Amino acid sequence: MAASENATAVPSADGNMAHPFEDAPNHVTPTVVHDPILTKTDFKSVGTRPLRPDGLDKVTGRARYGADFNLPGQLVGLVLRSPHAHAKIKKIDTSKAEKLAGVKAVITAADLPDHTAGDQSMYDILENCMARGIAKYDGHAVAAVAAVDAPTARAALKLIKVDYEILPHVTDVDEAVKPNAPLVNPKMFTEGVEPKPKKASNIAKRTEFGHGDVDAGFKDADVIVERSFRTEQTHQGYIEPHACVASVSPDGTGELWVCTQGHFVYRNHCAMLLGMEVSKLRVTSSEIGGGFGGKTHVWAEPVALALSRKANRPVKLTMSRDEVFRASGPTSATSIDVRIGAKKDGTIVAADATLRFSGGPYYGMWAELGAMTAFACYDLKNVRTVGYEVLVNRPKTAAYRAPSAPMAAFAVESVVDELAHKIGMNEVDFRIKNAAKQGTRASYGPVYGPIGIGATLEAAKKHPHMSAPLGKNQGRGMACGFWFNFGGQTCTDINVGPDGSVTLTVGTVDVGGSRASIALCVAEELGVPYEQVKCIVADTGTLGHNDMTDGSRGTFSSSMAGIFAARNAITVLRERAAKMWEISVDDVTWEDGHAKAVGEKYGNLTPLSLKEIAAAAGNTGGPVAGHSEIVADGAGVSFATHIADVEVDPETGRSKIVRYTVIQDAGKAVHPTYVEGQYQGGAAQGIGWALNEEYIYGKNGRLQNPGFLDYRIPVCSDLPMIDTQILEIPNPNHPYGVRGVGETSIVPPLAAIANAMSNAFGVRMTHVPMSPPRVLKALEAARKG
Amino acid sequence: MGVLVTTTINGDTVEFACDPHESLLDVLRNRLGLSGAKEGCGTGDCGSCSVQVDGRVVCSCLMLGVEAEGREIETVEGLSTGTELHPLQTKFLEHAALQCGVCTPGFLMAAKALLEKNPDPTEEEIRFGLAGNLCRCTGYDKIVRAVQDAAKVMRG
Repeated sequence: MAASENATAVPSADGNMAHPFEDAPNHVTPTVVHDPILTKTDFKSVGTRPLRPDGLDKVTGRARYGADFNLPGQLVGLVLRSPHAHAKIKKIDTSKAEKLAGVKAVITAADLPDHTAGDQSMYDILENCMARGIAKYDGHAVAAVAAVDAPTARAALKLIKVDYEILPHVTDVDEAVKPNAPLVNPKMFTEGVEPKPKKASNIAKRTEFGHGDVDAGFKDADVIVERSFRTEQTHQGYIEPHACVASVSPDGTGELWVCTQGHFVYRNHCAMLLGMEVSKLRVTSSEIGGGFGGKTHVWAEPVALALSRKANRPVKLTMSRDEVFRASGPTSATSIDVRIGAKKDGTIVAADATLRFSGGPYYGMWAELGAMTAFACYDLKNVRTVGYEVLVNRPKTAAYRAPSAPMAAFAVESVVDELAHKIGMNEVDFRIKNAAKQGTRASYGPVYGPIGIGATLEAAKKHPHMSAPLGKNQGRGMACGFWFNFGGQTCTDINVGPDGSVTLTVGTVDVGGSRASIALCVAEELGVPYEQVKCIVADTGTLGHNDMTDGSRGTFSSSMAGIFAARNAITVLRERAAKMWEISVDDVTWEDGHAKAVGEKYGNLTPLSLKEIAAAAGNTGGPVAGHSEIVADGAGVSFATHIADVEVDPETGRSKIVRYTVIQDAGKAVHPTYVEGQYQGGAAQGIGWALNEEYIYGKNGRLQNPGFLDYRIPVCSDLPMIDTQILEIPNPNHPYGVRGVGETSIVPPLAAIANAMSNAFGVRMTHVPMSPPRVLKALEAARKG
Repeated sequence: MGVLVTTTINGDTVEFACDPHESLLDVLRNRLGLSGAKEGCGTGDCGSCSVQVDGRVVCSCLMLGVEAEGREIETVEGLSTGTELHPLQTKFLEHAALQCGVCTPGFLMAAKALLEKNPDPTEEEIRFGLAGNLCRCTGYDKIVRAVQDAAKVMRG
């Protein structure tokens, strides 16, 4: 099958997830739980902090992002979007636009015939790229033009006449599940319930996870806390809007330059939607100006390719910021009920959660991920989570950094804190008592290997931040977070140049320094200096398929493949040295970047460096290379504990983070500075989510704040320095113990900040973002008692 | 049709013709091949198109190309001298003050303008001085540290 988000997530035996977002077949690691492939704990290169190979270009303006590329004869593409949340497209008249001088192509859904062959998830993507009969959200594409310049393209859009019949809409997750809510898709019958419903609804799917007897568990509880929570929809907020240049030739071949987190997946999806063979579409990933999950999905790219095919000219298509907000893939809005019971000694005896996550107009797996992650931090005998995927007339939800985990953690970690206080226990001690550990059966099924939740909690307890004095109107809160981490399909090449320098070719897009990190691992394995290894990201014509850079898999999987490719190259290097010496390869080892002859009889042979072997390669069998094609299993689950100090102005309800600490397990921090960067960046996004960011829809179903002025992400003056502490509990399933580090940092902030407010003012915030009006209202309610 | 404009960009006299409604950012990127300044929003909210105009930091998406007439424009492409990086560039690299890097040209220009006005800023002055530039990757921690360190180097 091809694609995608609809594939069911499958946890492997050690808690990792098979990749749920891509066209990899789902797989479960069989019976071997912890085959210890960890082979190295003593490092020379790994753990150092060199400069990244792409750094210079990025501080001089030379780096080329999505919009920084042009082709001769290129046209400007623009998309016409529905102004309605839900409307039948009765007729589209493009004749006037087509006649406008300078217009070279106008397309509608009719120019994107259905090649999805019954694959519903791909059909959803096709329909999301260009509405087919019904516009399902404000911003849904209905037509597109390619013209010689932007003013002509804009004029052409105005000449397209769309005859809409407005349909009833629903944009709110709680409204959508009410019995008489307008139906977003009248053909949607809830999956996962028996018997199969006879009536269509906005609930696409029900999923359930857990074990034990939850009802019996609650009977044993001395204290039970039950609360309902809401989180509003947020956007990844990458600074670079989506941009691509597409060029399709009459012979059916094509090229695509695009900012993406996964050009191989974009290739596969675009080829399918356009009815092309995968090998005939060559996709090059530009430098990427942020993605955070938002560049894992095609929107504009198939449209640009279809425009180019029709116009027989290259087409550049860039989204405006307004389009990015209205018509790319924000995260879910949620509504979550949590109930947890504990004994007076602090043992949690039962935990239950019901999670409703909006997915836009299409089937998703967002509530499912929320249900899987909700209680993953804890060792629970009786646990149950139920997820409902809810359809609404909003853009199709896409992944956002640890997708679905932050909202679930907000609800669960808020209740955990409240429960601890009700029992009279310190919130850190309460969590330590109930924390998952090696051997714990996770609430979503698998049994954990070595994990870091306990260690991050112990570190938090000892951290100076925890005991620092607080100022007036300040409170301190903490919370934990979990993310599965992904592995997945990965393909990497190593080519040794005639001068002994090494080109490392990877297929995972570099979103924050992974070229440096992967090069460090390969330098380590080859025993050569970091500077001798140049890492590049190759286009889709150069390597086998690589899954996306998502699920915190980039450095984890490509470093694993890189290390294996290096081992492959070392085998070749040993063979070549053996030839040069005319001895058996069995008598040649590889140490510190040199071939060495072993045994007394060869004691006088001077070791051969990589450079010397490379120089002689023409006479010993040709170029020296190494390859690796793997499914990188065993990503190693990730845990973090955060501490937040928040100051609230009781007059205005405005909050400010005054101190923040992130403690997270990295397995092995390959490039510690970039690991810190991931911790800090995720925390900052979580802080924005907690305090300010939200999609605001009007009663007419239109997004009211599609811009950075009204959708306010944190600016420099909003934040303090963000302290980090890296813990290293090696992942036994990676040669160097590496775990993904990119996502978990966004999971705890919502709850940590809510807990801080509760500790400061005795006000339990249950609605995110905790924006000034909401905080003020809660403070006033508390004052009135 | 096009308006002829004469201006100075990174020390060079530059002549170009542009439409009266065209932004300076579009002129830089589409007519002059200077794609270091980025369009993140087109509404002056993100600062990734920041350039200096007569020493002042300006969102080039909010200024018309024709307004460049007779002005001195500085862009990220003019920040280094020959092969020698500006201290801000060096410190951004050393401190890993960029992840994706798309906001970096704007931050460098805003930080340069800030340090020209205030060579020894406090952390708070740096944070407010850069508050017109959005970064979504770093949480600003390493950016502030890079600017602090660069300021120290520039003060000598």
